[in-house]
Amino acid sequence: MEIDWSDYDCDGFYDELLAKRGEPRPELGALASDMQALGGDELLARQLAAEVSIKEMGISFTVYSEEGGTIDRAWPYDVIPRVIPEQEWRRVQQGLKQRVQALNLFIDDLYHGQQIVEDGVFPKDVLTKSVNFRPQCVGIDPPLGIWAHICGSDLVRDADGTLYVLEDNLRVPSGVSYMLENRLVTKRVFPELFEHYAPLPVDDYPSQLFDTLAALSPRPAEYPEVVVLTPGIYNSAYFEHAYLAQQMGAELVEGRDLFVGDDDCCYMRTVDGPARVDVIYRRVDDLFLDPEAFRPDSALGVAGLMRAWKAGNVVLANAPGAGVADDKVVYAFVPEIIRYYLDEEPIVPNVPTYRCMEPDAMQYVLEHMAELVVKPANESGGYGMLVGPASTQAERDRMTAAVKRDPRNYIAQPTLKLSTVPTVIKNRIEPRHVDLRPFILSADRQQVTMGGLTRVALRKGSLVVNSSQGGGSKDTWIVPDALIGEHQASGQSVQRQTQTR
Amino acid sequence: MLSRVAENLYWLARYLERAENTARIVNVNANLLLDLPKGIAPGWAPLVDITGANTLFEEHYKDYGERQVMRFLLGDERHPGSILSALNAARENCRTIRDFVPREAWEQINSLTLYAREGLQKGLTKNGRHPYLRGLITGSQLINGLLDGTMLHDQGFEFLTLGRYLERADMTTRIADVHSATLLPDTDEVRPYDNIQWVSVLKSLTAYQMYRRSAQIRVQRGPVLGFIFKSPRFPRSVRWCIDHIRICLERLPRNEGALRVNGRLVRSLDAVDVEHLSQKELHEFVDELQLGIGDLHQEIAETWFLPTEASAVG
Repeated sequence: MEIDWSDYDCDGFYDELLAKRGEPRPELGALASDMQALGGDELLARQLAAEVSIKEMGISFTVYSEEGGTIDRAWPYDVIPRVIPEQEWRRVQQGLKQRVQALNLFIDDLYHGQQIVEDGVFPKDVLTKSVNFRPQCVGIDPPLGIWAHICGSDLVRDADGTLYVLEDNLRVPSGVSYMLENRLVTKRVFPELFEHYAPLPVDDYPSQLFDTLAALSPRPAEYPEVVVLTPGIYNSAYFEHAYLAQQMGAELVEGRDLFVGDDDCCYMRTVDGPARVDVIYRRVDDLFLDPEAFRPDSALGVAGLMRAWKAGNVVLANAPGAGVADDKVVYAFVPEIIRYYLDEEPIVPNVPTYRCMEPDAMQYVLEHMAELVVKPANESGGYGMLVGPASTQAERDRMTAAVKRDPRNYIAQPTLKLSTVPTVIKNRIEPRHVDLRPFILSADRQQVTMGGLTRVALRKGSLVVNSSQGGGSKDTWIVPDALIGEHQASGQSVQRQTQTR
Repeated sequence: MLSRVAENLYWLARYLERAENTARIVNVNANLLLDLPKGIAPGWAPLVDITGANTLFEEHYKDYGERQVMRFLLGDERHPGSILSALNAARENCRTIRDFVPREAWEQINSLTLYAREGLQKGLTKNGRHPYLRGLITGSQLINGLLDGTMLHDQGFEFLTLGRYLERADMTTRIADVHSATLLPDTDEVRPYDNIQWVSVLKSLTAYQMYRRSAQIRVQRGPVLGFIFKSPRFPRSVRWCIDHIRICLERLPRNEGALRVNGRLVRSLDAVDVEHLSQKELHEFVDELQLGIGDLHQEIAETWFLPTEASAVG
């Protein structure tokens, strides 16, 4: 196989590597020619080597099968990295910090005076119908006033090159372990490219996460007891829970490992007896956290945990109730929310969004459904959503009925022409659509990952990037602008490997 | 260390040891039956007696024939004590604590489980049985070796060792009890074969060669019982197991209760002149030890494991 960029059909979309067919973006020309110099066969060999590494390293994710069982699958990874210039990324980081800061102020306000509703900026109706608003959290003051300590926001790039925020995940966002593992794999299989491009490192995430969590500890101890609470081995993100616990040096616990004592403190059951827990990085959904406060049938949670949290004896990250801002209808208000609390213009824009609760908008959505993406407010993983251009009349009819039944529960957005990145498909390199999930940590300070997890829709033309639905992933490189230029100027390329005895 | 992790390590070791001992018993019994004349051979029922699962067996099988007993003990997943079930359980217990177990050991547990499953049909045939069982025993020894040689010898390792020796002590007493109880009646007709059966008891425990080296007398009931119950040097004797349980317990926190129960076991063993017990007395003595082992497990679980309402295993 030869790599020939003039054979690469990315016209009509924004490709992250090529400006148009046969013509690499000026700032990334060197990478494109490096790939070409490496040769297609060698690239395929690297892809294969990466897949072997992933199996050896045991990087997997769990999918639920139709029979009700679960299957462990090797993590899908594509060897060609997605490159973003550092200058652009710095601006995005600022924008994400701004956004999460505003969202935390918003959540805190909703559970206290609801000033934003009083002031008529955010409709009361949206709040009362929110399934993620937790009355149990009203009046609570979590440490530092922060509710969403770990946020994963999905970014997409449209045809004109603009990066938009597509959604914010404020409950239990996952994927960060794969961002870290993708980098390790790329280092193994593409070391020579690292020498030239020096992508900014991502490996400090686990220690940043630990510092974020430790900063919240209710006890001023030098080593607060931080634990990761998992629903257990059969959860689709169990790999990540175990990975992060291990990387942070924290215990990985299940609900039955913890109990709340008469003193309203949370303890874990250890061989040495009960040990006080300060901070719980919980990867269990709100409603399963505490059978006393939420679902009484939950076997995943800890009875009395909300009591301990309210008393300020243990910190839950993210805080219960933070998901209220994770709703796709709330999303549509984020630009207003940023202006309201920070008196700033949003740095990274929202995708233009039609709120079906507004009669004019609903009318437009019903009339233009075939061009739009319609999403229910509280689903994730791509479930329950309709992609207009790819839909059948029957699907649209069903969605029309659903929207009419409960307009509050739906939003619609124009079908974005998601950007593409060259991807190894069988024996060819073809453009495939991508998104990007960076992670934002908030405690005494805010930090944004250097890049994030790039997910790629492996089916031709598909926009669905979720790994549960056939998506893949790529390493994401934030490359210093100076380096891109220098390398291009020197005109070096990767040496083709010559085998000798 | 989390109680749940300790508990999983303990059960991992118990199930693994159970699988290995079951393979040993089956293997030796098969060999023994080849040596005994048809009319007086005790058959296969004693093997089910050893596991104490007669009720379950009779629910699913009509008679104690070779094929039925083999299937029940080797591969019947309805029987929690079958080799396949025990290995599955060992693997499940290991799965959630992979960070505590060296990767090679986890992989070996996986492949041993796979071996047990895939080789089962062959293992159920007369000529496939021996290599199949040998593979299981060697595989289990390999895992124990990997754990001993590469795992951090911390609290977690103590629980692994506790599980291993508790299960081993339990299995050794069962083997001694059932094999000796169902041994042939003490008549002139079968006396020539008596010797062979005691050799079989020893071989179940891979104890024959070591017995000869340590006792240097011919194989007979009294010294054999003395060896497998009381030898302080043989690593499958009850005495060895209890001694090593004590060493583990001494390294664990909050160990007073468990040490007390273990001390009772030591005294029971010391108090009895096992070489001269009659058949009936031996049986009663084994009952006493079994109860003691049960109590010790109970004490370990109550002290260090998750409370039963919070526990999913065991």
